[in-house]
Amino acid sequence: MSGHGRKVGETILKVEKLRVEVRTDRGNGPTLVHDVSLELKRGEVIGLIGESGAGKSTIGLCTLGYTRGGCRMTGGQLFFEGRDIRQMSATERRALRGPGVSYIAQSAAASFNPAMTLMQQVCEIPVKHGILSVAEAEATAKRLFRELELPNPDTFGDRYPHQVSGGQLQRAMAAMAMAAKPDILVFDEPTTALDVTTQVEVLASFRKLIREHGTAAIYITHDLAVVAQIADHIMVLRHGKMVELGTCDQILQAPREEYTRRLVAERVAGHAFREDLDTGEAPLLQVSNVVASYHSLLRVIDNVSVEVRRGDTVAVVGESGSGKSTLARVIIGLLPRQSGDIRFQGQSLPPALKDRSKDQLRRVQMIYQMADVALNPNQTLHEIIGRPVQFYFGRSREDVRKRVLELLRLMDLPETFINRKPGELSGGQKQRIGIARALAAEPDLIICDEVTSALDQLVGEEILRLLKKLQEELGLAYLFITHDLGTVKRIANKVAVMLKGKLVAGGETSKVFAPPYHPYTKLLLSSVPEMRSDWLDEVLASRVQTLAAVRAAQVSLPG
Amino acid sequence: MLRLIAQRLGLGLITLWAASILIFVGTEILPGDLASAILQNSATPESLAEMRSELGLDRPAIVRYGEWLGNAARGDLGHSLASKRDVVEELSPRLKNTVFLAAYAAIIAVPLAVALGLMAAIWQGGVYDRLVNFVTLLTISVPEYLVGYILIKYLSVQMGWFPSLANVTPETPTLDRIYLTFLPVMTLVLVVVAHMMRMTRASVLNIMASPYIEMAFLKGLPKWRVVVRHAFPNALAPIINVIALNLAYLIVGVVVVEAVFVYPGLGQLMVDAVSKHDVPVVQACGLVFAAAFILLNMIADILAILSNPRLRHPR
Repeated sequence: MSGHGRKVGETILKVEKLRVEVRTDRGNGPTLVHDVSLELKRGEVIGLIGESGAGKSTIGLCTLGYTRGGCRMTGGQLFFEGRDIRQMSATERRALRGPGVSYIAQSAAASFNPAMTLMQQVCEIPVKHGILSVAEAEATAKRLFRELELPNPDTFGDRYPHQVSGGQLQRAMAAMAMAAKPDILVFDEPTTALDVTTQVEVLASFRKLIREHGTAAIYITHDLAVVAQIADHIMVLRHGKMVELGTCDQILQAPREEYTRRLVAERVAGHAFREDLDTGEAPLLQVSNVVASYHSLLRVIDNVSVEVRRGDTVAVVGESGSGKSTLARVIIGLLPRQSGDIRFQGQSLPPALKDRSKDQLRRVQMIYQMADVALNPNQTLHEIIGRPVQFYFGRSREDVRKRVLELLRLMDLPETFINRKPGELSGGQKQRIGIARALAAEPDLIICDEVTSALDQLVGEEILRLLKKLQEELGLAYLFITHDLGTVKRIANKVAVMLKGKLVAGGETSKVFAPPYHPYTKLLLSSVPEMRSDWLDEVLASRVQTLAAVRAAQVSLPG
Repeated sequence: MLRLIAQRLGLGLITLWAASILIFVGTEILPGDLASAILQNSATPESLAEMRSELGLDRPAIVRYGEWLGNAARGDLGHSLASKRDVVEELSPRLKNTVFLAAYAAIIAVPLAVALGLMAAIWQGGVYDRLVNFVTLLTISVPEYLVGYILIKYLSVQMGWFPSLANVTPETPTLDRIYLTFLPVMTLVLVVVAHMMRMTRASVLNIMASPYIEMAFLKGLPKWRVVVRHAFPNALAPIINVIALNLAYLIVGVVVVEAVFVYPGLGQLMVDAVSKHDVPVVQACGLVFAAAFILLNMIADILAILSNPRLRHPR
């Protein structure tokens, strides 16, 4: 179905009133996709955007004639080259997948088979569909590796997935999808799991690939700024329904619908820095020259110093592997420091958690990225939130219950939730419970480890607002670990930028995030996608210099 | 990775040593005295004492243990009290028989179980899956002697296809052996297939929920290829462990089947030796069983480590 008759502008996919419902043995579940229609021409890219539950991945998978467990396409048509995918037999659908429509998943690390080499997996589509011989497929793969700027393209394929980096793996997945020259590529959040700086590079290679091969693509993401760099048209989805469809520029500059306006506004908002008010007060938490490592081999935290005062929000930013979460573990005592000092209200904290007093434990609390995993699914909210109240203050049963209800009200959650279990809550509500549990200890400092990154944009926004409100009411201090620089600008009065376990820049956010930048800060800031379609071109143009500056600066780092 | 394997080897040796202590202590507290067992009716206090000192039983247990272990390490397992023959000579034809039976059963059972398990995973929830699950559950629930007698009744007594007795001698040619031991082997196969087949099915299905399996389907691969090529290699570790456990059972746990088919294996020898108070033979059998069990589990551990690509191909 590929090869001949490729004409740009000819319709390759036409979806008409697609409906997807959950069908189980116990009857019909909710409808995931409501009568969505779209048209894709050869050489064109359409972006599907929306929050989780918008149905965008479901639509993407339907174009491969695939639905996840329990779901079924119950209405509409999907014409691929004039043939309805819904009417295809199982064999015809298999023939469609790969050579016709090809899929690029969000997490390449999870989507590559750990027991096979990259080459084996990349060649599977063309070889098993009988399009190319093994030798031809390998030659194609090597050419694609080269096009995607992967290191040592001739031997890259001999490696196993765990032997290459996340960004490389994501590009290898693009090579796998392209190996049989599909008519349509479906990108399902392909850069979401990557660091911002890696995202820029991967995004650029995807765009180059699509343009050079003239392949049509469906690009699914929750990030408008990302899709703006690559798509011709954007469809905004919410709760499985189409909200708006328009050209890229129209959606960004003149959104017609209220929901789109909110999405755009949230992404553009927050450029004003939060002011840093120096009260001259003694610091609450003082981390000085701390060194820590796992198995005493590599210094994961190397000579880091940070100060937090009452009412401060100090952001710790950096890419994955920079040691920012490890710093949180060191402060809390889960990973004992090897040298340096951590003082809380002037008092040195013992390195290990088990040596700290109950009061020292109580004063520093933590909120986690995955609220899901951090809450015991078998306990009610009463037990979850009541436990620290009981543990630190030894209150009576009646008082504990009263306090839990009070905390639920503070979280804007109904009191009736007290007997629920985490499984009955949404992602945002679970994170609120995480906050309530931390507050139950009446701490002075809360360490927030990527607390919004697993949440949808607008839900994350609400959590940030709640944290801000609590800070104003209770005078809390936050140590806010994040990779989202947009958030940092808005909520943090101080920031610490980490690179490979070292602190490269620190101080008031308005100073660190304004020129003259540290080269690495500049790289990070320039890598945050912006809401204009020419952003990627600009970044790529200045990227070589920025990277060179970072490399030069790294050499001169102390230690 | 070599360090991991060396660790496993070391652990295996330590376990074997611990097993040797248990075996020695076990035979030590066996009711009845060795000397009186040998002398039986002719025992007088004097002759008993004389016999004890002749056997070295008057020395402390710890000294005798050290001597026994030292000799065993050199391959000298002492002399049988009943037949006065060298224990190694006594044991080796029996051990050969046992290993032959176990290997014969394993060669049939392992590929059969894995294939049945994979097919059950491919047609999960279908008629085949339910049927094979039911049948294997049945064979695992029925005691092995009953399975043996049922096979004898139908295949031997009624049809007359196979002999009901597997009385092989060291002189029996291999082809005859394969024929003579067919029924006991079938009994063992029926007993061990279920466990391995169920583990294959379960661990493959467990892997089938992984994102890379969905990816394989999205590449348009047929289901059998997804199961065999993508899921199975990642499901190997638990399967290997269960196979090892069953192979160990084939060597150390077949006394009942040997008895049903009057097969001269190691299990029979050990039971006889226990009833005759033939301590050196009991100890030697115990050691061989322990070594077989530990060796198989150790091989399984090492294979499971090797099946992990992260360990086989470090970054």
